This record gives sequence, structure tokens and C-alpha cells, in this order.
Amino acid sequence: MNDKSPTELIIEGAGCASCVGKIEAALKQVQGVSTAEMNFAQRTVSVTGQASNTELIQAIEQAGYNAKISDAASEDEALNEKEAADEIYYKRLMREMILALALGAPLMVYGLFIGEMTISTLTEQLVWFVVGVLTLGIMYFSGKHFYIGAWKSFKNHSANMDTLIALGTGTAWFYSMLVVSVPDMVPEMARHVYFEATAMIIGLINLGLALELKARGRTSEAIKRLIGLQAKTARVIRDARELDIAIEQVLINDIVRVRPGEKVPVDGEVVEGRTAIDESMLTGEPMPVEKSEGDGIVAGTINKTGSILFKATRVGKDTALAHIIHMVKRAQNSKPPIGRMADIISAYFVPTIMIIAVVSAMAWLNFGPDPAIAFAMVAATTVLIIACPCALGLATPMSVMVGVGKAAEAGVLIRNGEALQTASKITAMVLDKTGTITLGAPKVTDVLTADDYDEQTLLQLAATLESASEHPLAMAIVESAKDKGIKIGMLENFNAIAGHGVEADVDGKALLFGNEKLMRERRIEIGDFVVKAQALAADAKTPMYFAVNNSFAGIIAVADPIKEDSIAAIKRLQHNGIRVIMLTGDNRDTAKAVANKVGITEFFAEVLPEEKSTKVQELQLQGEIVGMTGDGINDAPALAIAHVGFAIGTGTDVAIESADITLMRGSLHGLADAIAVSRATLKNIKQNLFGAFIYNAAGVPFAAGVLYPFFDLLLSPVIAGAAMAFSSLTVVTNANRLRFFKAK
Amino acid sequence: MLLINLAGFILIALIVWWFWLFKSKETGLDDMGLVIAVENGIYSPARIKVAAGKPIEIKFLRRDPSPCAETLLIPGLEVSETLPLDKEKVIHLPALEAGDYAFHCQMQMYRGQIIVE
Repeated sequence: MNDKSPTELIIEGAGCASCVGKIEAALKQVQGVSTAEMNFAQRTVSVTGQASNTELIQAIEQAGYNAKISDAASEDEALNEKEAADEIYYKRLMREMILALALGAPLMVYGLFIGEMTISTLTEQLVWFVVGVLTLGIMYFSGKHFYIGAWKSFKNHSANMDTLIALGTGTAWFYSMLVVSVPDMVPEMARHVYFEATAMIIGLINLGLALELKARGRTSEAIKRLIGLQAKTARVIRDARELDIAIEQVLINDIVRVRPGEKVPVDGEVVEGRTAIDESMLTGEPMPVEKSEGDGIVAGTINKTGSILFKATRVGKDTALAHIIHMVKRAQNSKPPIGRMADIISAYFVPTIMIIAVVSAMAWLNFGPDPAIAFAMVAATTVLIIACPCALGLATPMSVMVGVGKAAEAGVLIRNGEALQTASKITAMVLDKTGTITLGAPKVTDVLTADDYDEQTLLQLAATLESASEHPLAMAIVESAKDKGIKIGMLENFNAIAGHGVEADVDGKALLFGNEKLMRERRIEIGDFVVKAQALAADAKTPMYFAVNNSFAGIIAVADPIKEDSIAAIKRLQHNGIRVIMLTGDNRDTAKAVANKVGITEFFAEVLPEEKSTKVQELQLQGEIVGMTGDGINDAPALAIAHVGFAIGTGTDVAIESADITLMRGSLHGLADAIAVSRATLKNIKQNLFGAFIYNAAGVPFAAGVLYPFFDLLLSPVIAGAAMAFSSLTVVTNANRLRFFKAK
Repeated sequence: MLLINLAGFILIALIVWWFWLFKSKETGLDDMGLVIAVENGIYSPARIKVAAGKPIEIKFLRRDPSPCAETLLIPGLEVSETLPLDKEKVIHLPALEAGDYAFHCQMQMYRGQIIVE
């Protein structure tokens, strides 16, 4: 900290105006503080002086408050700075490229079509000397960074791309200068100069770097989009006034207003108003979601219809959006196992190439035709220049970057490169039934009445009776009655008959509600309703019998509806050759009915929660690569044990740290999307790795001259420079193709 | 010719020794004062020594505009950070167990090591 730029601190726990004096006084007592001014409305304090941030925070904490540094360098700002820096670098590369090609291209044209680039007369010697000095100028102005980088790394016992370029272009230049300065040192046939190679290679590689920089920018589009979702300001209500403050200054429990069309600035809970919120940017779910008092909303989503007030519950780095950005960023830079081989190769790559260059020069000197020295020099230079560690090193990260970003756009969060790779190989997918295939919220689907009753009365009595029960099916009946505007009555003598049903007295009537067995035990005549009940059960519904004063009154059936698109999504998985298996704690009949409806032939019913992981293991023992999909809370052990665990969430209310892959929306299409994206990404990585590997494996021997004895073919260093510059560009461009990938 | 071949072999031996066999000196991390410069293809210092069992802070200052220098990865610690240009970036590490932790750029051209003792 210095006197010029004040430090902004955000104060927490300052509730009254009298705190201002206390905090300011506490800060001024810190040695080195010149001024401390608090803005009470914004809960920030601006401090100037020489004290360290830690001292300032300590002082505030001793005064009884919490403080943190306002991190003005937000993601957004960092991104803008990065883009500005990239732009400057791009312009510099382009400038250097033009300068180098301005010398290299005419020289090359001359050498190819007009004259010989050899030294035989004194005039030629003089002219080429001038050209050599000009080339040195190009090496300085356009290629300085290669030489400095090479030297610095050399001193540090490491070698990289700079080393290869510096050595290659340096060798060509020194050899040419030797020919120019003391022609007698080399045989007459070998008095050829290669200044054009030095200039052209520097120009072409700068061009490659510049184009690669542009292409790289596009690979991070997805993360840019996510960062762009963050609002910059929030309108909070403090001291009964509404004021716009920077997003970093919003505190937990602040009341925030969001008007229609505005972004939700931080996570929170609606305290006033109703609206529809567009969450598609985070979940991929196209339909806006209705929100009213008590509902949670998350930062980055867009308020569509109404003006609302909400209480901030998570701010700054704790919002769901911040977590998502963090996770996507981390995943984008993580490496799937397939890339490890390339890493090992790149670690040894450059010194190996240097050795190959020496060996090929020696081979030419020993066995080559005249002028052996010139051939040796060209071969060594070309080997150094053509080898491209970048293509190999970039192959995996670039594809992962685009693939993970692409998945995030579809509401699929992939934890790391390993999950990405394994997901592409899944052969069996285990789906939990409740909440995954179905909505997880049972509803009354059918009310069948016996002669004396109507639906309304039956539902009213059943809901009253069930209002005392905590069974999920009971809650479904109560909810359905409330939805239909039916009033719940009073009950007496409630009794739950374990495993069978419930009974109680309502309005002087003795009510009994439960399964078929309960009816039989109480000797209640059901008649042909048994058949109707069986038909309901076959349709994945759970029928329950209802009796009033010991005589049968009707059946109420409850079912957990299947999600609209579950059938289509499961079909997609099966179509991709994946074995789909359903697990459920429900009874066999219901399980069978649901499985039939969605087209699953393999299912396990009555599975206890702790048995789910055992089932996953069984499949793994059969040699399957198993994906497990569950809600991430109840299914945590099974998710952990599976090769890839998919946590499925509805809306943005998902624990994104709980699984390998998180589906931000409830639809099972997310599963198929995730697998499709991983497969496409892996395919892209393989293309890149294969391309980079073949390029180096074929290019290096060719450059060394292995084809010369058979076809008289030797690669020119300039062509090698062009090939090298464009090989890494090709890798980045191929990775960018993934951006156009569409699932389905 | 013999001399040339001999020179070639010596050159190869030197390459192997200089780039692979040589281990550079370690720089200790004291008083949170260490800044690792990221420039010209290297981290300097590249080998840093820290004490085990204590959370540490390492600062990185990237001076190289090339995108290669931008990403910092410490795979053993699940760290993946973007280094801003010409601005210090503080990396907080938890208390570490004794061992070697490699850090490098996305392509492994920039390489360094944290030695925890």
C-alpha cells in the first residue's frame, strides 16, 4: 500500500452510525495510516498510508468488526486486461513478422528464380555481407525474444521452443556469415548463404504465434460468457434508501432490488414480489422459472417480468455462478489421462531434437556427398526448426478447454479432465428412479369412487386423514387436495398401522386408508375394484384403498410422474450403445411399470440406499464402465464408487462439488449431452495428438534427410519454418472446431 | 573427421548432462517474500524449497506476454490459475506433506518444482 492509491476495505457487522467513528479511530491508531474514511451507506472504508492490509484488518477485528479487502480486480476486469495485453502482443508479433518477411521474401524469390546465393566474387562477398548485417538487424528487431528466451532457459538448464528456433536460425546465420567473411574456410561448392532462411523462419513463426494467439482467444469463449453473466452493480436498500453499489460491496443479508430485465447480482431468497426468472444461461433450461416469496434465486440469471426484493444469502466468491466459473476454469486446465503421454514426451522433447540435429549433421559429414558441410548445416537447421513441441503440448489442453466450455454452455459441469475422458467410455448407465427418471414429487393421479361418494368428498376425507401422516404418499394426497382448493378438516384418534396404512375418526366417521392387505384383515368387501387397482399398479401408480365406517368407499392412486423427456433421453443413451439400468427402493410392480414406460429392460427394485453402491460394483465386476446418476445427496456413495458419478439437479440448486459431472437441469438429456460432448472432445484430442505426433515423427527424419539417399530429397529450412509455425495453429484450429459441436 | 565425430559425441554428452542430469540449486521460501518471475521461457527461481506442514504463499509475476506463460498448473495440488501480465498473483497453498510438487505451464515448457521438506 502506498500514499497514492487508497485501500478499500469492506466492513461487516457495522450496524449503526456510531460504528463509523470507532472503526475510523481504530484504523488511525495503526502505525503508518494517514487517513481512514468510512462510507457507512456502502459499508466500505478507504484507507491511505503505509500500513499493510493485514494490520488494517487486524485493527478492525480488534474493534469488533470483520473486514475484507475489496477485490477491485474482478474477473471481468482481469479478462479485459488480458484481452488488452493479448492485443498488444498480437500487434507486436504482426509488426515483427512483416519486418522479417520484408527482407526474407525478396531474398527467397531472388534465390529461387533470379540468381545464385553463392559467393564467388568480391562484389558478391560485399553485397552478401550487407545482407548478413541486415539479417542480424531482423534477428534483433523481430526475433529478439527467441534468443533471449533461449539463453535464459539455457542458463536455467531448460530448453523450449525458443531454444530450437534460436539454434536453427542462429546456425544458418553463423554459417552464412562464415561463408561471407572467410570463404576459403569452406569448399567452393558449399559457399552458399542462407540469410533468407533465417529471416523467413523468424517471420513465419511470428505469424504462426500471432494467429495462434487469436485462435486461443476463441477457445475461452465459454468462460468469457459465464464471466459476462455477472452483474457489475446491485441496487441495495440500506438505511431506508435505495442505492446502486458495486457488486463486491454487497453483504450477506442486504436487501436487494431487481427490476425486470436486470440481472440478479448475488444469490438470495425472494422476500417480496413475484416474477419469472430466466435461468437458461446456467442450466440450459429454456423455460423461465416462476419465483415468489421464499424461493431462492441465483446470480447471473435474468429477471423477466416483475420487480422483486430479495435477501442476499451468498455473495462474492460464494455465489453459485462464482463456483461454476471456478470449476469450469479449473476443469479447463486439467488434463485427461490421455494427455499424460504427450506431457512426458514434451519434457524430453527439445534436448532430444538437439541430439538428433547433431547426429544428422554427423551422418552428413561422414557419409554425405559434397559439399558435405553445407548439407550437414542445412539438415541440422531444418531438424531444429521443423520439430514442434507446441503442437504436442497444445493438443490436449486446447481441446479440453473448448470441450469443457461447450459442456458448461449446455448446463453440464465437468469436474476435471479425467471425468471427461471416462465419460466418453461409459458402457453402462445406472439411473436412480425417484427424482432422476421421475420428477420425485408424487401426485394424485386417479380417484375411483364406490357408489355413495363423489371425488371431492373422498379426497377431502383422505387428505384430512393423511394430514397427520408423514409418509411421502400422504403428503402427495394433502398437496393435491390443497391444489384443488379443498379444505382440510379436523381428525381424532389417529393411528398409523405400520406397513399397512392409517386410521382415524373424522366428523364422527371411522376412516381407514391403506393397502389391500389392510382391507382384507378388516374384512372389507372390495369387489371388482381389485382388478382396477391392479390396472393402476401396472401403470406405475400406487393404488390405496379407502373405507368409511368399515365399508369400501374408493381408491386413490398416487404416482411420481415420469419427466417429460426421460423416455427420449433414455432412448438416446441406448442408441449410443449404452446399457441402461434402473435402481429404485420402490416395490417391483411400480419399478416394472416405470421401466416399461421408459423402455428400460434391466431394473432392480426394493434396493436399499446402501445397496446402490453394491449394484454399481457388481456391474463394474462385469467389466462395464459404469456411470451412476442420482440426486447427489442420497446417492453419494454410489456416485463416488461409479467410474463417473452424475449429480442431477433441478434448477440451480445443486451441490456442484458432489459429483464428477453435474447436470444443472433436471432433464436426462443432460446425460446424453455430457457423454456426446466427452466423446467429441476425446475424438478431437486424439486427432490432435495423432496429428502432432505424426507431424514430428515424419517431419524430423525428413528434415534430417533420410529420403535423400533414395529420392534426392532434402527439405528447405524455410519450408520447415512454415510447417512448424502452422502445425500448432492447426492444433488450435482443430480444437476450435469443437465449438460448433451440437449434441443430439 | 575423427575430431569432428569426437566433437559431435562430446556435444551430445553435454546436452544430456546440461539439460537432464544437472539439478539447479533450490531457493528457500522465507518471510513470504519470494516472487517467481515468469519470463523468457523460465520460472526464476524454478526450484523452491519450503517447510512441510505450514500453509504457504507463493507469488508469481508474469512478464512474458506470450500465452504460453499464462496458465500455472500444480497438478499434484489441483491448482490451475491464470497469471495476469505484469501483476503479481498470489497462490495460496495448504500445509503440504514432504515431497516434490511440480508446477508448469499448460504445455510444460515452463517448468518448476516445489520441494517440501
